[in-house]
Amino acid sequence: MSIDKDTVKHISKLARISLDDKKIANLSKDLSSIMKFIEKLNELNTDKTSPLTSIINASLKSRSDEIRDGKIRDQILKNSPETNKEFFVVPKVIE
Amino acid sequence: MSNISEFSLTRIVSGIKKKDFTSEEVTRSFINNSKKSKKLNTYITECFDQAIQSAKNFDKKKDYKGLLSGVPIAVKDLFCTRNVKTTAGSKILHNFVPTYESTITSNLWSQGSFLLGKLNCDEFAMGSSNETSFFGNVINPFGQKLVPGGSSGGSASALAANLTPATIGTDTGGSIRQPASFTGTVGLKPTYGRCSRWGIVAFASSLDQAGPMTKNVKDCALLLQAMSGYDPKDSTSVDIKVDNYTSKLTEKIKGLKIGIPKEYTVDNMPNEIDNIWKQGVDYLIDAGATIKNISLPHTIYALPAYYIVAPAEASSNLARYDGVKYGHRAKGNNLVEMYENTRSEGFGDEVKRRILIGTYVLSSGYYDAYYLKAQKVRQLIKNDFDKAFTDVDAILTPSTPSSAFKIGDKKDDPVSMYLNDIFTVPVNLSGLPAISVPTGYDKNNLPLGLQLIGKAFDEQTILNLSLAIEKRANFNKKIKVWWN
Amino acid sequence: MTAKKFDYLINGDKSKWEVIIGLEVHAQVLSKSKLFSPSPTKFGAEPNTQVSLVDTAFPGMLPVINQFCIEQSIKTGLGLKAKINLNSVFDRKNYFYADLPQGYQISQYKNPIVGEGEIVLDMPYGTKKVGIERLHLEQDAGKSIHDIDPDNSYVDLNRSGVALMEIVSKPDLRSPEEVNVYVKKLRSIMRYLGTCDGNMQEGSLRADVNVSVRKVGDKKFGTRCEIKNVNSIRFMQLAIEYEARRQVELLESDKKVNQETRLFDTKKNATRSMRSKEEAHDYRYFPDPDLLPLKLEQSLVDKLKKELPELPDEKKERFIKEHNLSPYEANILVSEKEISDYYEEVIKKCDKKLATNWITVELFALLNKKNLSILQSPVSARNLSKLIKMITSGKISGKIAKDVFVKMQVDDKDAEQIVEKEGLIQQSDPKELEKIITKVISNNKDKVEQYKSGKEKLFGFFVGQIMKASEGKANPQLVNEILRNKLK
Ligand SMILES: [Mg+2]
Ligand SMILES: [Zn+2]
Repeated sequence: MSIDKDTVKHISKLARISLDDKKIANLSKDLSSIMKFIEKLNELNTDKTSPLTSIINASLKSRSDEIRDGKIRDQILKNSPETNKEFFVVPKVIE
Repeated sequence: MSNISEFSLTRIVSGIKKKDFTSEEVTRSFINNSKKSKKLNTYITECFDQAIQSAKNFDKKKDYKGLLSGVPIAVKDLFCTRNVKTTAGSKILHNFVPTYESTITSNLWSQGSFLLGKLNCDEFAMGSSNETSFFGNVINPFGQKLVPGGSSGGSASALAANLTPATIGTDTGGSIRQPASFTGTVGLKPTYGRCSRWGIVAFASSLDQAGPMTKNVKDCALLLQAMSGYDPKDSTSVDIKVDNYTSKLTEKIKGLKIGIPKEYTVDNMPNEIDNIWKQGVDYLIDAGATIKNISLPHTIYALPAYYIVAPAEASSNLARYDGVKYGHRAKGNNLVEMYENTRSEGFGDEVKRRILIGTYVLSSGYYDAYYLKAQKVRQLIKNDFDKAFTDVDAILTPSTPSSAFKIGDKKDDPVSMYLNDIFTVPVNLSGLPAISVPTGYDKNNLPLGLQLIGKAFDEQTILNLSLAIEKRANFNKKIKVWWN
Repeated sequence: MTAKKFDYLINGDKSKWEVIIGLEVHAQVLSKSKLFSPSPTKFGAEPNTQVSLVDTAFPGMLPVINQFCIEQSIKTGLGLKAKINLNSVFDRKNYFYADLPQGYQISQYKNPIVGEGEIVLDMPYGTKKVGIERLHLEQDAGKSIHDIDPDNSYVDLNRSGVALMEIVSKPDLRSPEEVNVYVKKLRSIMRYLGTCDGNMQEGSLRADVNVSVRKVGDKKFGTRCEIKNVNSIRFMQLAIEYEARRQVELLESDKKVNQETRLFDTKKNATRSMRSKEEAHDYRYFPDPDLLPLKLEQSLVDKLKKELPELPDEKKERFIKEHNLSPYEANILVSEKEISDYYEEVIKKCDKKLATNWITVELFALLNKKNLSILQSPVSARNLSKLIKMITSGKISGKIAKDVFVKMQVDDKDAEQIVEKEGLIQQSDPKELEKIITKVISNNKDKVEQYKSGKEKLFGFFVGQIMKASEGKANPQLVNEILRNKLK
């Protein structure tokens, strides 16, 4: 399946990446050739194959319900581009 | 004294123990080399002052108990290192300084080694040539115009040029083995679950695995031993005993059955690769192995399946880079604009391509046709290996379909770039361990490696087989130092 | 009591409409630490202090699941008589939001830990079964605060990663009242189980409300709207009423209802479209590759089943049988575990019927007035039991008991001591009573004449005078007997 410019626009919106028209055109070309490559899989009949769920043959391990973290606000906020020392600060959310 | 930086990791460890030289001497030797080798562009962050301090502290303490006592090691800049910038080769993390240390690097440090620096890599480990790094491409010491492979290209190049005694990389689709093959070094991708992923910047969670990159097989066994082990902080890490790889390392492989899969060949593959492969077969026969022709019929579908699974996981793993908690933030009049601008400015072209492919294959209406299909194909590929391993102990293939290519050659054609990983990707999809061991040269005197694929958690067998090849190949690194 | 009939329909200009409601309740799992990280879940802490590197989605951080949260959701599933799925999978639900640090929520999509179950509601028109579609475990998001600063939003990740059980009902609810009873019943079950504290003020229980309407008699469901994150039962009811009317108005004027996500505005009591959610409504679910599939042992489920406490429905049955209560009374007494505990403590030593009355009338009135929970009751169960015992033994009259009850409310003062100290013991000595009665009769000779000539209503007058003379302590039954004889 080829990926036209509208599709590129749509998925870039989902992926939250802004693109100018030139980028959109280039990506449409690149992504289409990648998808064409991927579509080789259509040769294979997989109706009777069950999908791989995990390459490790084990059940999920769990931990016990103990508090071993928290109270590290300085570390949490240290790398943020903008904080007020208590909160992360971001441009206004429009709901 | 001859240049310490040319020594193997094993020799450096024993030299420090025997007090042939001090940790500080070792460290200065690698730092001097590194300082003279800026042209290779291997380092993103140098920790030289800190490393000398660590070496001096070590020399005062003289604690030789660890496997890596007193050894400075530079690592791929995908491992989070406490108080040392960690970028993943991306602009979006250009200023990120973790407050924590990855489990793998912690394991190395607890064996007595310390950080020498952070090595360049493809952005978020997405690439096979190191050309996608925000910090510029890395040069292969085998030639000014050659790529070192990727994504652990900085690691491979630094190792081959004697800028670090050993290094660690990560391998999602061949990112350790392919650059090892391109630089005449040894690189091993362990079984999925053998090494902790905690604290490694994630690319594709079900495929990523850290592994050792070294100058020889014995070093590889040593470094693997130091890094491996169960980590309760990683739910996909497996609680299986780690072998003493070094003490069990032997070239006596008599009686082992080696599979040669007929599907590991591509159109226009240079003759030299076939020849090296045959050479490898002869070496193993010489060492006492028996050879069996096998078939892994779904091999050809591995790469297309990989280019669904890896981007899908990546599109989700990279959603956290949004300019809120850390890293680069662009301006925007509202939250959504800020996100879109941050991610547009922060990610390079290849990362964008993969995020978009991943977003597309998971999006409403396409999940079954692509993602689910790929997971089914993945099962078929795994079944191929399971079946083969009922009959053989290991599988021998070429590591790559070509030697190192020229910078810029494949940059504009993503698919031709992807084809580079055609022999390495099936292993990641199946979670198996595999190693690339340098075996010979092509007509341009560029190194070529062979890949040995093992059964799950049987790293020892492929290490032993590699040792047998290494002994016979008598591979000599033909590097002329041109970059100083 | 006569059974009322169900009558919640919307009267449009043209026809009558039925309202179809389904709820997705988000219940916070009662646990010390978060679902995938070991940071605390305590409510009301300083911003960003209950947060780990995992909750902030730092590069390389990985989730490790909390065993207790798994067991809490199994218990809840068992309490809802639901199927426990021994194989379940954690998926990523991908979307961008300021308070969602990973850019995805770990949830369960195709294979939840709990499958179909049911909740039985007691409505005035009979019992009603509401189907449970599923229960799954997921992470809560953080909190964005929009009203501190005009240009910016502030993000607090304290809630980020807290374990939630999303309990999805079938579209079986038909009125705001049924929603009220459903949420209360669900909350009660979880509180009996100790799996969720149900505290709606602190956000431990919220619901997404799905509303659609159809003409009475139609079989097909209409297009539904989802009202997100409503955090009180009253708001749920108001939102449903508003939304149902809105949809009826649209449909009666030949317009279509758009399937969309809406928000309930608590200031305007109205719902409005939430455009930000619409634009990217493609969550790209896929199994979280950082987590393996969750496989449960049947033996664990069996063990938890054995440990299950008595739940409201069973307790109600038992109360009806053992304590001879009406279903109505039993319902009230089992509605909260603490109430049923209180009741069972009271009746250990006194009459059950009287205890039921005292608890449901006097005690509840007191708690309501002072806005207290049963756990905060100023009168302890033991003390109330003593009071009731004094009534049945004839030591005090019911009237006196009410006065004593008021006095008991201060520091849970002992009922017997109050009665002793204030000399409130009932006068039951026939000789003493005769004296008082004789005196009253002789003081009211004219009234006696009138009574004897047929004005029998005056009997009450004499009783009143006698009670007054005895300062309310006279045993009313004896007074009746003696007086009747005297007036013959
Ligand atoms: Mg929902
Ligand atoms: Zn939910």
